[in-house]
Amino acid sequence: MENRGIVVIGAGPAGLAAAVKLRRLGAEDVLVIERENETGGILRQCIHDGFGLERFGKSISGPEYAALLKSEAEELGIECLTGTSVLEISKDRTITAASPSGVVEIHAEAIIAAAGCRERSRGSIMIPGERPAGVYTAGTAQAYMNLYNRMPGRNAVILGSGDIGLIMARRLTLEGAKVSAVFELQDHPNGLERNIVQCLDDYSIPLYLSHTVTEIHGKDRIEGVTVSAVDGNLRPIEGTEKYYSCDTLILSVGLIPDNTILEKAGVEIDPSTNGAVVDEHLMTSIPGIFSAGNMLHVHDLADFASAEAEAAAENAFLYASGKLDTGRNLSVVPGEGVSHTVPGRITGHGPFTASLRVRKKERGKTVEVRQGGKILGYRFFPLVIPSQMISVDAEAAAGCENVEVIVR
Amino acid sequence: MKKIYTCIICPRSCELEADILPDGQVSVSGNGCPRGAEWIRNELSDPKRTIASSVLVEGGEKEIVSVRLSSPVPLRMIFPIMDEIRRVSAKAPVSIGDIIIRDVLSSGADVIATSSVLAKKE
Repeated sequence: MENRGIVVIGAGPAGLAAAVKLRRLGAEDVLVIERENETGGILRQCIHDGFGLERFGKSISGPEYAALLKSEAEELGIECLTGTSVLEISKDRTITAASPSGVVEIHAEAIIAAAGCRERSRGSIMIPGERPAGVYTAGTAQAYMNLYNRMPGRNAVILGSGDIGLIMARRLTLEGAKVSAVFELQDHPNGLERNIVQCLDDYSIPLYLSHTVTEIHGKDRIEGVTVSAVDGNLRPIEGTEKYYSCDTLILSVGLIPDNTILEKAGVEIDPSTNGAVVDEHLMTSIPGIFSAGNMLHVHDLADFASAEAEAAAENAFLYASGKLDTGRNLSVVPGEGVSHTVPGRITGHGPFTASLRVRKKERGKTVEVRQGGKILGYRFFPLVIPSQMISVDAEAAAGCENVEVIVR
Repeated sequence: MKKIYTCIICPRSCELEADILPDGQVSVSGNGCPRGAEWIRNELSDPKRTIASSVLVEGGEKEIVSVRLSSPVPLRMIFPIMDEIRRVSAKAPVSIGDIIIRDVLSSGADVIATSSVLAKKE
């Protein structure tokens, strides 16, 4: 067993930003563990631009963002174990990992878990029908095209209006494929408005809201899909079925934090985010284990994941120096109109920022953080939409009553 | 005439209201920064976009290198530019920032590499 300082799991936009921050704060021993053979995480395959505006002050592509983070990490002499998968974390912060040189055991003074998220697949949305080839998640199709130079198909239908799906609609179109339509189960698009405009509208690709794929056809290769309109309860409406012929179905139906490792360690998980329940210091229910980025909750931008991971780094650094206030006593819960909010716990000893998503698109709303009758913080929004994460600053909560975040 | 647009300059996605006055002037509200007003005026006359793609690499550790335009170009030039991108290949090693096509189709934008590809070891 090796004893190390602060170990960061994941070398994507969150993990690398955390490691860089730790070194800049003066942490001497920082180790990054990355499952892939290269650092960068999902950024490597996101070749479109729009990254970096917050962190680097310019609009760049994913690979460039990853390269800038990598050079920052290299300049600071940060050690990164690539090709190494974390298998297990114990309550006393011992990490077991499979590395190219065999199984390694590392004990850490603090851990920042920033291993990102996974895409929901056909299985998780249970589309009936046959099981032919040609059904991909948007990220898989993106990896095929952008990393391996393989065209997923020539005639695609996209289910779900997540950002990667929209980006892939444009990418496929530019590379000569036909994209017949994008269907979204909800009555509002899931991705950024920006991507609806420049990935769909620009190329006259129609977006049908309140529609879903109800059957997949084809024996060896997908030949078509049946699409139906859905009612207010998201149930397909009989008689609205329409057949679309296609050789490719791309699913962009949501991202979920990947928390198998933390769950196994015994970390409390928030069912509304699928990420860990953390306090305002981004510390999980196991002291010394922090979480940030898409592994905690799915962010809209890589820049925001990096910023959150830097906050986790500051707190992990304090924790490792024995200076972090670790009292945990109050719950913060999503109330009316809020689908989830982070942090789910607060110490109650200081101000905090609630990051949340609303349930539906509304105009002229105030988001309030309240404890009983007392308003701890509020912010007015001309427009709130579920696809945009928003935040509200709140003052320290007193007493022992739970805190609620609501839209009004 | 009033029209609502979503600004696509950055992911903040401001909702802009453009009031097109009879004299052709455009008054803009809802923009979080000056770039929003400038964008909408362009959007109404000649919309500009940037794109990303990939270019084949000869003798590289990887088959392709990711590329993007160095600055936005008129939307109507996107497909002709894609034809140019498809036509070229790069020789390894390719470094991030390398210009793959200078001033593509006289658009004023370069096609630049956004990742690095090392030469294949013999």
